[in-house]
Amino acid sequence: MPSSQPKLNQDKTGTLEAFADTIVPGAKRNEQDRAVAGVVPWPGAVAAGALELLQTAATGMSDSLEAFADALNAHAERLHAQSRPDPAGEPAERDPGVPPFVALSFAERTRLVVILTAPGHPERHLWVSLALFSNMAFDTGAHLHTADAIAAGHPGLAALGFAPPSDDGQWRFSEFSYGRPLARLHPDTTPSGSLA
Amino acid sequence: MNAIEQTDVLIVGSGFGGAIAAYHLAAGGAKVTVLERGPWLESHDFEHDFLLGSSYTRIFDFTVGDGMSLLGGNCVGGGSVVYFAAMPRAPRFVFDRTGSIGRRMWPAAISRDTLDPWYDVVSEALPVSTQSWQDVSYAGGLFAAACDHAGRTANPVPTAVDNSKCTNCNWMMAGCRFDAKRSLLLNYLPAARAHGAEVRPLHEVQKLTRTDGGGYRVHFNTIDDTDYRLSNGSGVIDAKIVILAAGAGATPVILQRSADDLGGMPHAVGRYFSGNGERLNNAVIDEERARDLLGLDRGDGTAYLANQIGKGPVVASWDNLDGNLPEHSRFSLEQLYFPPGFGTILAQVPDAEGPSWFGVEKAEMVRRWRSWLTIFTMIEDDNEGVFGPPPPTGNAVRISQQMLGRGPISYRPTANTLRGWDESDAVVKDILERDGLARVMPWTNDVVGAYTVHPLASCRIGDDPHTSALDDRHELRGHPGIFVTDGSAVPGALTVNPALTISALAERAVPGIVQAARDRGVDVSYGAPTPDGDVSVRAGVRPQLPFLTRR
Repeated sequence: MPSSQPKLNQDKTGTLEAFADTIVPGAKRNEQDRAVAGVVPWPGAVAAGALELLQTAATGMSDSLEAFADALNAHAERLHAQSRPDPAGEPAERDPGVPPFVALSFAERTRLVVILTAPGHPERHLWVSLALFSNMAFDTGAHLHTADAIAAGHPGLAALGFAPPSDDGQWRFSEFSYGRPLARLHPDTTPSGSLA
Repeated sequence: MNAIEQTDVLIVGSGFGGAIAAYHLAAGGAKVTVLERGPWLESHDFEHDFLLGSSYTRIFDFTVGDGMSLLGGNCVGGGSVVYFAAMPRAPRFVFDRTGSIGRRMWPAAISRDTLDPWYDVVSEALPVSTQSWQDVSYAGGLFAAACDHAGRTANPVPTAVDNSKCTNCNWMMAGCRFDAKRSLLLNYLPAARAHGAEVRPLHEVQKLTRTDGGGYRVHFNTIDDTDYRLSNGSGVIDAKIVILAAGAGATPVILQRSADDLGGMPHAVGRYFSGNGERLNNAVIDEERARDLLGLDRGDGTAYLANQIGKGPVVASWDNLDGNLPEHSRFSLEQLYFPPGFGTILAQVPDAEGPSWFGVEKAEMVRRWRSWLTIFTMIEDDNEGVFGPPPPTGNAVRISQQMLGRGPISYRPTANTLRGWDESDAVVKDILERDGLARVMPWTNDVVGAYTVHPLASCRIGDDPHTSALDDRHELRGHPGIFVTDGSAVPGALTVNPALTISALAERAVPGIVQAARDRGVDVSYGAPTPDGDVSVRAGVRPQLPFLTRR
């Protein structure tokens, strides 16, 4: 799969990772990890390859990732400005060492994503698309051949319990049925199998 | 200047509506050209792979509109290549529906009795078979057992699947590489080609104009085989007859774009769209309860844990398909499988304290994915969908190289539709939450709107010129020689999977199209056997031919 691999700087990468982590949260990768909030003990969208997928040209998103990160940080700035404890006072301090969206708590990130993806928000289609691909990275590993992803222990497919393929890379389930009647048929069933 | 290419019959789209017409017209002697905007994949091209760019995304379109998202095929063979092959006939009461227009939506000439012979023809041709309980997957069996526990009936669904070849891999949406699914690639399309029909993939029709001879000029772009956002050429073909079968999400868009040249379109072009009333509920099964309540055991002590195993929908519960119930209160429930991605993003967490479709609680629910059971509901919606102005090309502005785009449809469910969904949701909840078997929530409609895998009715047949774009022989009102034979011709929601009804209507439309072609000087006759050579089943349709070929 060809990838345009646009160069994202650390801040923009971190911003998009924080978004993906809000959709499918995961454990921090290391003690210094700020993008991943670490609200669950298992790997999430970031570990599953959300940034790799988003940077794949096939998504149609890869050329717009910087703009997504900038817009997300602008929304986070506004949220931050609105969240001053005293309405007449100064905004609460935020960590200047990380992008505004990364500086938000997991609960604040979640609140912002709820707002951005809600019916009626003018930009919702953009944020829904970003959420869709973040989710897809975890649930399907769509930047990888699925058989390879499973062999490599892809954390999303493993979390789902997605069964591995046969040796030839195809899926087959020889055992698939309880093999016995489990309900009465509708009394109007015809020989075609449909209702009369 | 080069001469413009000529054909007798030009068909837009190669799904059920296009392939069936292509076969009969080619077999009858007409020169037939089929333009298909998607790629042409054969069995060995269908991959078990979620990688973007594999067959899964090459042949499948997900078009997000305003309040409604459409899922459908985008390849030679159209919906038949990506569908789940569930093939029930529409219940009798469906043909008497009045919908919101207050009078019968279907043409007077069509009822279950008059459509049954055409259902027989398609069922022989594909073929469609009944399923035994031995064919029913664990998921279907679980749903059947739950229905039984709730005092309901449940039926194995007739399907176009050859069970002797099926591996229960559940990759049907990526195309069937085992030739178990009886797609059009195995019957009507090869038969049409054997009679000389030419199928051209990656040709996306944009609009029609008139020719001096009373025919039509079809304008197309050729599409890049990897990045569908790119066009690498364009052209025109002149035809005496045009059959539009681009799907209910695309056929009306082509006509809207043609209106400047062809003249006014019937009011119903791009209106009265139905999503077939579709809705999904997601249950997370309590494995112990499934074993203790329903007595289910896979043979190793496991009760279920089998969401991944199977072949799409195999069991339906039809107790609410009762013609004595009021319209919008009749629906079917069908066990279904959607692969991860589509099948996980919209599922909601029951009683979520935070967001219901993403976040911590959703992640916890996804970790129980093997215990998920998806229930597909088809109610009678209210034909609420309306198409806005066409996009620059095609029927959507494509976002990704493949699959994902934004289309011009808008859909605001009426109180009738919302009531139907509420009533069916309550029944699903009653069946699956009874005695603690599962927790259930419908998929959210707040992310991509409502959604349908069976778009219908955007250019429909009928007797009333104000509410139908086509007459009862599928000819576009005011534009003789243009026919529509895809799902857009179906008047409204069917309460069951529509592929067999779309196909039966396409078969029924062919005699009239053949007559129109003959009237335009094409040397073509009607009466070919089914693609596998069977002629006996045609006896049933013969009495209808004089009416269908009337002038």
